[in-house]
Amino acid sequence: MDIKRIQTDVLIIGGGTAGCYAALTLYEKAPQLNVLICEKANIKRSGCLAAGVNALNAYITKGRTPQDYVDYARKDADGIVRGDLLLTMSERLNAVTARLEELGLVILKDENGDYAARGNRNIKINGENIKPILAKAVEKLPNTQIINRINITDLALKNAEVVGAYGIGIENSTVYIIEAKAVLMATGGAAGLYKPNNPGFSRHKMWYPPFNTGAGFAMGIKAGAEMTTFEMRFIALRCKDTIAPTGTLAQGVGAKQINSRGEVYEQKYGLTTSERVYGTVNENVEGRGPCYLKTEGIDKATEESLMKAYLNMAPSQTLKWISSGLTPSKQNVEIEGTEPYIVGGHTASGFWVDTKRRTTVKGLYAAGDVSGGCPQKYVTGALAEGEIAADAIARDIKDKAFVSIEQSDIDIHIEEIRSFITKKEALFTAEQLEEAMQTVMDSYAGGIKTNYRFNEKQLDIADIKIKKLYELSEDLFAADFQELMYIYELRERLVVCRSVIAHLKARQETRWHSFAENLDHPQKDDKNWRKYVNSKFENGRIKIVLRELVGEENSFEHSYQ
Amino acid sequence: MSIAINKNKCVGCGRCMDVCPGSLIKLDGENRAFIKYPKDCWGCTSCIKECRSYAIGFFLGADMGGTGSIVHTEDEGDILKWVVDMPDGSKMVMEIDRNESNKY
Repeated sequence: MDIKRIQTDVLIIGGGTAGCYAALTLYEKAPQLNVLICEKANIKRSGCLAAGVNALNAYITKGRTPQDYVDYARKDADGIVRGDLLLTMSERLNAVTARLEELGLVILKDENGDYAARGNRNIKINGENIKPILAKAVEKLPNTQIINRINITDLALKNAEVVGAYGIGIENSTVYIIEAKAVLMATGGAAGLYKPNNPGFSRHKMWYPPFNTGAGFAMGIKAGAEMTTFEMRFIALRCKDTIAPTGTLAQGVGAKQINSRGEVYEQKYGLTTSERVYGTVNENVEGRGPCYLKTEGIDKATEESLMKAYLNMAPSQTLKWISSGLTPSKQNVEIEGTEPYIVGGHTASGFWVDTKRRTTVKGLYAAGDVSGGCPQKYVTGALAEGEIAADAIARDIKDKAFVSIEQSDIDIHIEEIRSFITKKEALFTAEQLEEAMQTVMDSYAGGIKTNYRFNEKQLDIADIKIKKLYELSEDLFAADFQELMYIYELRERLVVCRSVIAHLKARQETRWHSFAENLDHPQKDDKNWRKYVNSKFENGRIKIVLRELVGEENSFEHSYQ
Repeated sequence: MSIAINKNKCVGCGRCMDVCPGSLIKLDGENRAFIKYPKDCWGCTSCIKECRSYAIGFFLGADMGGTGSIVHTEDEGDILKWVVDMPDGSKMVMEIDRNESNKY
């Protein structure tokens, strides 16, 4: 085991959508700053965009305004959003899109040279290479260093301020101790907390990246940062088996949701994201499943375009069509809900940030899927948040000096790593405990098994079991640093699970079907619950804090002690 | 969901290993790529697009309806060719023009 120390003005944890764009912005705004991106894979194809993306779903189309986008997101989340965050994001969506096009992204234009819209907020692209395009631009930045295959596991704190982070090099068995004047958390959200749709050989064929393990959430929770809205889980409606996105079918060719009797059922339940999932679940529960997107009868040209569109984003779906011969013109596409994810780019879970994307812990910023209060950000919103956070960092650290990480803090971290790698054997493996965690969450915290429903007694059981698994994880053994990463990933997920359970229990209403379907409180309660459920981890306990809604007229700023 | 690497075609360049978002691909003792954690593959096909030897194919697990078809890509500049080898020996090819946007 080697130990390497690094100093950098700005540390970006995660070289995905938000992290890459933050680096581009920092070079523009403050080229004198040294920037380090630590990426657990390789920025060329890491994060949500590895396979590509089929459309940009957050764009202010002709005749619309940023406020329209805020209104849409607020309605979809039934009020529980941060207006200030949504507006500041929405105002930047079109500029970051233009920048992507400059960098080389192909965007469809109409006869007037305007972007061709798909629906009210979406534009059509060829997004297969969107991540390599972003990565290439970042690799050219003279002030930015990228370290691939390094998994950041913890933040370094001094006097309640973030002064750096710790990481492990998974291929070079190196422990990294990094001092930074500012740290941007851009790790993405969390998949793999719940038992997935295909729990066997294809367990990682999920919609959200299985390598997004909630590291950023867990680091923030452990550092005492205030977190928000973890109870608004995201459950995606996806093509059965391949878990490929459905928007291309629903919005692209106007395919309706129908049950096995051929009845269009979506109007019965409503059209918000959670209602579409709930309707599908309920049609199945009441014996009218399976459910489909109605594609039968589309013409050959449309079918071929669809198959190509899927190759550019979710090639498994095209492969399924081709290999079965049951292409979308011949057979409707069966749909199902995914396991619940915690992801601030679709729903509103994540760090409680101010308008500048500062977290409640000084020195720590958050952007993209790890940042809360600002749902429906998708790709362009993550870019916008990366830009906003980078702007704030450039201003905030202008006159700031480095703060050294305490040796005693370093010793604790090195000792923890040693404890995992010096054992010779252990009864359990990280994989076994991960499966146990997913079973607990599936059974007792509203997974697929219970049609996403739960009650408080079940949540109490889940909490006890998850705490126990965390204790058991202390005795795990890693034969190499990749296995060490798996131990840290498991522990991150367990930390996030506890917060999810606490949040689900705290919101004593059912505001969003399926996303948070509380059987003890099956009704929406506007009188008491038009509020954010926030939490802070203090002395080993999760403390729930309820906060009043913040509108777009506010510019919400944290004040640090 | 996983990939299959043809050892006879692999030249050990390591490009697939470098790009895998899960760090799942390694080189064996004979300097040939292999997937060390097949159950952990996300199916993103990043490795397949990197492979200049067309040594990597991507298939659907039987648990998600896979019936043995394997797909690889061939990089022809502006055209990305997706080649599906069917179990009966037939092939199906789809060509994507990288300069063309999706229509849907």
